[in-house]
Amino acid sequence: MPKVAIRFTLNGSEAAEFVESGTTLLGALRDKLGETSVKGGCLQGTCGACSVIIDGALKLSCLTLAESCQDARIETVAALARGGLLHPLQRAFVETFATQCGFCTSGMLMAAKALLDHNATPSREDVIEAISGNICRCTGYEPIIQAILAASRAATSTAA
Amino acid sequence: MSLTLATFEGVHKAALALCTARGAHYIGGGTLLVRRANEGDLSIETFVRVTDPGLAAITLGPGRITLGASVPMAAIAARSELGALARAAKTIGGPAVRNMASVGGNLFAPSPYGDLGVALLALDAGVSIESGAGREEIPLETFYTRRQRLPSGSIVTAVSFARAALANLRFAKVSRVKPKGSAVLTIAAVLAEQDGVVSSASIALGCMAEAPMRARAAEAALLGRKLTREGIAPALAAATADTAPPTDAIASAWYRRQVLPVHLGRLLVG
Amino acid sequence: MELRKSYFADERDDHLVEVGKPRARTDALGHVTGASRFFADRNFPGMLHLKMVRSPHHHARIRAIDTAAAERLPGVVRILTARDVPHNLYTILTLIQVGPEDENVLATDKVRWQGEAVAAVLALSERAATEAAARVAVDYEVLPAVLDIDAALQAEAPIVNEYHGRNYYRYDSGECRKVRYGDVEAGFRAADHILDQTYSSSPIEHAPTETTGCIVVPEPGERFTCYTNTQAMFFTLDVVAMILEVPGHRLHMVGGTVGGGFGGKVDVIVEPIAVLAAKLTGRPVSFIYSRAEEMQVSSPRGAERIRIKDGVLRDGRIVARQVTAWLDAGAYSRHSTYGAQKAAAHFPGPYTIPNVAVDSYCIYTNRTPSSAMRGFGVTIGDFALEVQMDKLARLVGMHPLEFRCLNAYRDGDMKAHRQPTEGAALVECMQEASRLAGWPMAQHFYAMSSRRREA
Repeated sequence: MPKVAIRFTLNGSEAAEFVESGTTLLGALRDKLGETSVKGGCLQGTCGACSVIIDGALKLSCLTLAESCQDARIETVAALARGGLLHPLQRAFVETFATQCGFCTSGMLMAAKALLDHNATPSREDVIEAISGNICRCTGYEPIIQAILAASRAATSTAA
Repeated sequence: MSLTLATFEGVHKAALALCTARGAHYIGGGTLLVRRANEGDLSIETFVRVTDPGLAAITLGPGRITLGASVPMAAIAARSELGALARAAKTIGGPAVRNMASVGGNLFAPSPYGDLGVALLALDAGVSIESGAGREEIPLETFYTRRQRLPSGSIVTAVSFARAALANLRFAKVSRVKPKGSAVLTIAAVLAEQDGVVSSASIALGCMAEAPMRARAAEAALLGRKLTREGIAPALAAATADTAPPTDAIASAWYRRQVLPVHLGRLLVG
Repeated sequence: MELRKSYFADERDDHLVEVGKPRARTDALGHVTGASRFFADRNFPGMLHLKMVRSPHHHARIRAIDTAAAERLPGVVRILTARDVPHNLYTILTLIQVGPEDENVLATDKVRWQGEAVAAVLALSERAATEAAARVAVDYEVLPAVLDIDAALQAEAPIVNEYHGRNYYRYDSGECRKVRYGDVEAGFRAADHILDQTYSSSPIEHAPTETTGCIVVPEPGERFTCYTNTQAMFFTLDVVAMILEVPGHRLHMVGGTVGGGFGGKVDVIVEPIAVLAAKLTGRPVSFIYSRAEEMQVSSPRGAERIRIKDGVLRDGRIVARQVTAWLDAGAYSRHSTYGAQKAAAHFPGPYTIPNVAVDSYCIYTNRTPSSAMRGFGVTIGDFALEVQMDKLARLVGMHPLEFRCLNAYRDGDMKAHRQPTEGAALVECMQEASRLAGWPMAQHFYAMSSRRREA
């Protein structure tokens, strides 16, 4: 099978690998680069568990071909905590019980981060819209919505 | 056997590859095609993609607006000048899907997907297609009748429509889940009025047939009528003419036929 | 969180250490950092991918299975069929002495539902496994299918599962689980009104975000490590040991982190064949359901039909309740015999009724085998019971909450299963719910207590 070289920035560090041509970003991240924080839930683009941020935009790694990410900047949930300190979103998810089985959490946090990166003070409706592509089967969403709103309040009050 | 991605800078060479490579399919945002490959569609062996940035351009000309085939839904949703079309783009998928799904791909999306195309159909858009044989522009309505059997090597490069029509575009996507529900049905209409009555009408329906379709009988029944409950009654009565809605996980054909007149009524006089 | 401490205050020790205080989940830190390890977060050199050849028919006889063309494809390592499975005919609950064995790990002479496993393809890549699975040729003779409870109970209905010989499970108590208390017919004769209603539900899929699966790694000494997202670790170990006919100490099950279960990961389906594949190839094996398989193949909550016939007095007291419940097990028993039994144990609901008769049937159809899901055998029954209670309240012209308070069980009441009620709190729950909802009852209903029935 033809192998191709891929190279991109993963969570701030250079990542390079040989993958089979046509491999999804999800497959390259998990199977080649050991980045198993990214989950595959449906491989159809329906559940959002595989969501990552590519060059600042939220995308589905299960439907993105690894080769199309040459030289891109890719962020996963593994990069959220800095220097042993949890990101406000992570703290809020822990405190408001926004994670139960945990399988949707990585993607959900990426969707939430993509929201807060562009809109630091989202409304409840903005939050619901931002996570509408991410399915959670445990929480009923309310604790997640509360966590994202709490994180935005925490970040705003720290900045002030 | 295995999958391959073939990348080209321009459409011309890509069109050639589509004709010659094994199991070749053109890939836009990947939300339809990679999904099929992930689900085990073995007919897909080669993804063909084009990196020409020109395909991702939105051109707001004085008379016509052109959307490149690679323009993602999010880029349309972000352009307030695109009015109801921007709102239509925002009803598609969640944020991640909108960052990926392209205009060109939307035109090939099977029911219950392809909502943007319904709006474009009401706008009477034209589709630019390039192939080894050259370049042509065909009406979107014609495109929908042959999208399954375009000559091999055909690549949709852009859609365009008259700027004037956009101001009169109305759009409604009916879904059970909000936000991000797949369509029970989608309706778009471009109406012009003169002297208090409808002088021209273009109504497009999604999920009422295998591909988006024009509601010709309803359009004819609106001409010369007032946009009132009484005025639109004949159009609502004719709304389901020639429809062949699918039965799928979202709704049955029966249900779609039942609710179409209700939602069309709301869109026209709601 | 707020605890209402006014109820049962004299019975409770309020010097509680943990109750009423929020505690962070022990796994939350791992979840929010992406560090929690789910079963599939592993990759082993030389790992094979297992793809199942599945029945496209609801009910069919298998004339022949031809794997030759599939085996010749590059990347294909081995294809397993029924003859490779040491103990192919099994049922999960034989572990607690509930038989008969009625299901094949891989189909032999027949398939009984659309999606039933026929042959397991092992290949170097998922793509190769998928291609090979498509090339396994199975010659089917399609048989008439039974697709719902009504069809199953027709006199001329085809037999779904020959190991039962009829389209319902035979308990030691007969054709159904039964509860008999008082004289239900006498109760109906004494009633002022009779309400006879039937309720039904469709199958419900758990749809966990993480699909069912496992990864098995052969270890030295004929031992196997199985990374799995099962919800039933010890059942899984025992069932794999039974099917492979190996002692349990050869199996090391690693799990505990489940990406959503809701009961859907209780059946032991992927592990036995994956361990067998690892044993026969000597290589790590990954068997993970696609989303389509999770929807179609993993066992849902079964469809149910419930008929409730009640006799009620003009003053609101229920004097007789007869319940007949039919639970659609699909083609095989799995946990459904237990589900139907649980239904019998649950009716007539949390109400004191002097005359009760319950018949609960476990029915076989050519549908995806159903199994556990959050209160299976009970949840749909509660839906039926409470809709029935609302209808009864309307029938006698009572407030629905007052009607329930009147009939609610109280400590000391004898239940239909001949257990005296203890620790009841239904009346108090309704009192509080009525306050919270701003839906008041007459004053004397707030004076009622679960501890004793008022004179």
